[in-house]
Amino acid sequence: MDVRFINPFLLGTVEVLKTMAFIEPRAGKPFLNQDSVATGDVSGVIGITGVVKGSIALSFSETCILKIVSNMLGEESQGIDGNVKDAVGELTNMVSGTARRHLEREGFSLKAAIPTVIAGKNHSITHVLGGPSIIIPFETDFGPFVVDVCLGK
Amino acid sequence: MDKNIKVLVVDDFATMRKVVRNLLKQIGYENIVEAEDGAMALKTLKSQKIDFIVADWNMPNMSGIELLKAVRADGKLAGTPFLMVTAEALQENVIEAVKAGVNGYIVKPFTAEVLNEKIEAIVAKL
Repeated sequence: MDVRFINPFLLGTVEVLKTMAFIEPRAGKPFLNQDSVATGDVSGVIGITGVVKGSIALSFSETCILKIVSNMLGEESQGIDGNVKDAVGELTNMVSGTARRHLEREGFSLKAAIPTVIAGKNHSITHVLGGPSIIIPFETDFGPFVVDVCLGK
Repeated sequence: MDKNIKVLVVDDFATMRKVVRNLLKQIGYENIVEAEDGAMALKTLKSQKIDFIVADWNMPNMSGIELLKAVRADGKLAGTPFLMVTAEALQENVIEAVKAGVNGYIVKPFTAEVLNEKIEAIVAKL
């Protein structure tokens, strides 16, 4: 996978969470993932087409996404309900949009599909290309989440 | 700047409607109504006086751009200020929206301050 396509998603994730949820996530070291089992409790997946194709997923721990959504909505979220899933879809959409704007400035045009959201312990993430994917782990004061990028020619 | 204007927030995601509503409240707008897509927005626009529209681009049934065109084509609604919200700023989309008569364009994610600047800039030009 071309590493030039990883950094925009990292930047996009930080930008979206800082702006929408007032949370500044700390990126860890990316690693290769061969597994489809998600690391989080709820994930948003979005298909990408253009100069490269594939999909990206955001997978959040429950504590992390509840804090993010609470900050976004200005009200406490108690569990992974419809509002939280809705927010995960919107966050995935925004991270994808922000990353694609960064990529467009470098001459790479990409389009995105409508995000899907999956929830539950040990749920699977099915990437369009099947895998493997690059996982960018993030830490927050409220728990971890990952950005899972699977893009190819 | 009159903060008592009635603002219509249009987005198919309930969460995003709530986020935009919260941001509008932060900058002093309390008179807010919501619609979940362009078709519902058009019904709302025909049933009550709306002073300002904040609409998402991507929506089922009737998208933001379709709503914009419908508003501009309606003699009674044509002058309503329209701020388009989107997760991407594709040049072709911006051009299409400008040609259709959009007053402003805002890309997600955005802060209350940026939303305020956009609304004030649009109202100042009316």
